[in-house]
Amino acid sequence: MADREPVLKVENLTITYDTEKGPLHTVRNVSLQIAPGEIYGLVGESGSGKTTFARGVVRYLPSNGKITTGRISLSGTDLATLSHKQIRKVWGSRVTMVHQDPNASINPSMLIGDQIAEAMRVHLGLNKKQAGQKAIEMLNKVRMPDPELVARRYAHQLSGGMLQRVLIATAMATNPEFMIMDEPTTALDVTTEAVILDLIRELMSEYNTAILFITHNLGVIARICDRIGVLYAGELMEEGPIHEVFRNRLHPYTRGLLGCVPRVDASKKSITLSSIPGFIPRPNQLPPGCIFAPRCDLVEEACQLERPPLVEIGPSHLSSCRRVDCLRTRTKEVEQAREERIEELGPVVLEARNIKKYFPFSGGLTALVRGKKSVKAVDDISIRMRSSFTLGIVGESGCGKTTLARCIAGLEEATSGEIDLEGEHLDYSVSRREPAVLKKIQMVFQNPDASLNPQLPAGYSVARPLTLLRNMSKKQVQERVKELFAAVSLPPDYIDRLPHELSGGEKQRVAIARAFAADPVLMICDEPISSLDVSVQASLMNLLAELQGTAGTAYLFISHDLAAVRHLSDWIAVVYLGRLWEIGSAEDVFVPPYHPYTEALLSAIPIPDPDIEQDRIRLKGSVPSALNVPPGCRFHTRCPRKIGAVCETEEPPWREMEGGHRICCHIPIDELKTLQGGGLLKKAGQGGNR
Amino acid sequence: MGLYILRRLGFIFLTLFLASVIIFIVTQFLPGDVARIILGQFATEAAIDNLREELGLNQPAYRQYLNWAGGFIRGDWGDSLVSRMPVRPIVMQRLGNSIMLAGLALCIYVPLGIVLGVIAALKQNKLPDQLISGLSMAFVGLPEFVSGLLLITFLAIGAGWFPANSSIDPDAKFFESLPYLILPAVTVSLTGLGYVARMTRSGTIDVLGSDYTRAAELKGLPGRQVLVRHVLRNSLLPTVTIVAMGIGWLLGGLIVTEAVYGYPGLGRLLVYGIQRQDLPIIQAASMIVVAAYSFSNLAADIIYGLLNPRIRVGG
Repeated sequence: MADREPVLKVENLTITYDTEKGPLHTVRNVSLQIAPGEIYGLVGESGSGKTTFARGVVRYLPSNGKITTGRISLSGTDLATLSHKQIRKVWGSRVTMVHQDPNASINPSMLIGDQIAEAMRVHLGLNKKQAGQKAIEMLNKVRMPDPELVARRYAHQLSGGMLQRVLIATAMATNPEFMIMDEPTTALDVTTEAVILDLIRELMSEYNTAILFITHNLGVIARICDRIGVLYAGELMEEGPIHEVFRNRLHPYTRGLLGCVPRVDASKKSITLSSIPGFIPRPNQLPPGCIFAPRCDLVEEACQLERPPLVEIGPSHLSSCRRVDCLRTRTKEVEQAREERIEELGPVVLEARNIKKYFPFSGGLTALVRGKKSVKAVDDISIRMRSSFTLGIVGESGCGKTTLARCIAGLEEATSGEIDLEGEHLDYSVSRREPAVLKKIQMVFQNPDASLNPQLPAGYSVARPLTLLRNMSKKQVQERVKELFAAVSLPPDYIDRLPHELSGGEKQRVAIARAFAADPVLMICDEPISSLDVSVQASLMNLLAELQGTAGTAYLFISHDLAAVRHLSDWIAVVYLGRLWEIGSAEDVFVPPYHPYTEALLSAIPIPDPDIEQDRIRLKGSVPSALNVPPGCRFHTRCPRKIGAVCETEEPPWREMEGGHRICCHIPIDELKTLQGGGLLKKAGQGGNR
Repeated sequence: MGLYILRRLGFIFLTLFLASVIIFIVTQFLPGDVARIILGQFATEAAIDNLREELGLNQPAYRQYLNWAGGFIRGDWGDSLVSRMPVRPIVMQRLGNSIMLAGLALCIYVPLGIVLGVIAALKQNKLPDQLISGLSMAFVGLPEFVSGLLLITFLAIGAGWFPANSSIDPDAKFFESLPYLILPAVTVSLTGLGYVARMTRSGTIDVLGSDYTRAAELKGLPGRQVLVRHVLRNSLLPTVTIVAMGIGWLLGGLIVTEAVYGYPGLGRLLVYGIQRQDLPIIQAASMIVVAAYSFSNLAADIIYGLLNPRIRVGG
């Protein structure tokens, strides 16, 4: 790729924000080139300047932001010097952008077709009819089912995956030279993400567009990018061809990021995830030497004196680390092995049998005509949990994971079923449960911003359960709060801080401390790490594993991130449309035979290793509405391994295997085994290091 | 959408029913004996008893209510206790006056408020915005008797451009009354303008910061197209709602302005009725005001629904 004339050539770009505290040089001296048809992945934690860089490149900065130095050449045009009027002509015709949140990026009160056509009318001079025609063609190009129909719809009538296709269609419509994709799949389910990534790959080779692909997800980079640049606190740390960088990882930051990502072939039992200590420095508080030095485990005195330049250390491979040679010789995996825990089944803590949760759906006149309907969010799920045991629940959004958890916690009243906690029968509603029962089940929510009271200090949130549920005296409470803060590795002075003075990861630590304050036997973690950076995710997962080791709490861990579930869980339950389809130990679920749905989920996981060839099993469409559950096997409408009419008419049987591993499918186990062959992980093994 | 309107209509009838019960209880039962109110302090017991019988006041409460409500629905709103004239023509004529004033005020403050609000949003935190926001805040806060008197002092008495008194002739045609309407309409518009401008400003600022506005700008569309199709289309939704809801206020809530100008609108009729304890007038006028509020809310909901595809098209 490098020998072709680059489309985009950025040289020494520095972007500065004027703030009350003086100028902030958010992006400093970044240079990069992208060739036609090349996908350049830009990765970094939040606050690393990825988005500022992208916006700066296309000159779309807020009024207090400006390009202080540097050249941005787009096929010979210097974008940095264009007038506002000229740059508007470049936007939408030569440069386009696909944004992160497809729901918010589409005008809710304008037809989809008109929004795609708009840019073509302005830039290509098409009339209304031609542009409308071309919009439908574009929808066809992005494999939209029923493009004519979709063009006449509004945003709220389409799913997230479909909207992202619309955004891609819009961005491709004017056949731009350069396109920026800013976290285009972050808001999507893993299955949809896989489909969209495939689509982007195919379209790029057809259109020959140069792409700057921004993401925090290394797995996504590994799957679709040709080259990668690692941005840290506004500077490039490492850059190179994707295989080169992932194999050799010649910067400690890259190495740290990759070490943070849980792997699909190892769990908390065998390894502790590495995490990067400390925080990204603010642009006005940069250390004098290497900006990564304060967080680096290879740091020497010389690193702290002078800023090392980005130099070529291999064929088109750049790194700014002084200690590249040391990195080359060091073993790649810096992960710590953990002592294998002795497998011993603890006592049963929770037994939930045949849980159903139907939400009544009153559809006005339709309800009169067709009778009352209900949304079957959870439809007959049974689970059992033991102490010191983690049950992971996976499934696409809308499959009922969260509703199940909320039924167990009593936040949602189950429609039917039985919930037993330590042998005692539990009431459906949390408001009718005794305090002694309440303290036994605690919850950690996804968004720590919303689950901590912004007006009260962090210590207060942790003290509440102690006074409410455990009747402790004031002095005892103070003592215990201190212990809990120490247990979640927060310094004692954080007790008096307000939530807004804490980072996302710290807030989530407070939320975990609060959950543990009640001394629960069961903790429900609903996507507790999803909104955080990888390095923070890793440290929280380590913390959760550690706390479970000492406290013996059972975890119900819900996540759409299968690698995280794999890492933390002993058992995994796969849920689709309100029902369980496979359950078994984490080791069993991740190797064949698996349920075809599990298989599709696994093959969609973006694995941060470009050398792995994953099977491409892709699901069509999105999860059907829980209002109209398909008859027979609920998965038959999307199942890639559907065997025939039996799937459409009969409910599949449960098939038992060794070790309690169960699959609910019409295909017999032996047949599944032959169909699925060596499976995902074996292929991964051939790829090299994984 | 049809179903949505039907449901809203159902709610309106419920509102009207509840309001009628409250109005009836408050007027007919609470402030003492109606017959005594009518006949005055010095009436004999016998006269009062006779009148009670005549008015049906000895019947059980629910019968009295049904009689009154039934009459109201049939168009028999009773006779004024003071003038002995039928109430309905009086109330209707006042309603007509109120509608004229409301219409003129809307024509003044809605377009002006939207334009100012959009300008303020586009120049957020710059001089034009600070001017517009500051003035609109002041207008909202300025009581109508102050702004009204100021306008009378300067424009009517000082400059002599408009009449200071707006007690128009009931038989006058609209164009003959127009000069009398201008000052009260401007007074009302000052308040309304503030609300509309501020609502438009905040709605527009929200949408200007939205992801889809950013997406539209990065499509390289001309600025005007971004503003009209992507921004205003969405940002004016809340403004439409408060404008429609304002109609109720314009029809029944302008008591102060009408008093300042001596304008014969519904609000003043209500005050007049209360001052003279003219129960049928109070009842009829309040019912009309409640109806005005309810239907202007309905209008707000319908317009909102028409402009918002989420409601119009459904999921």
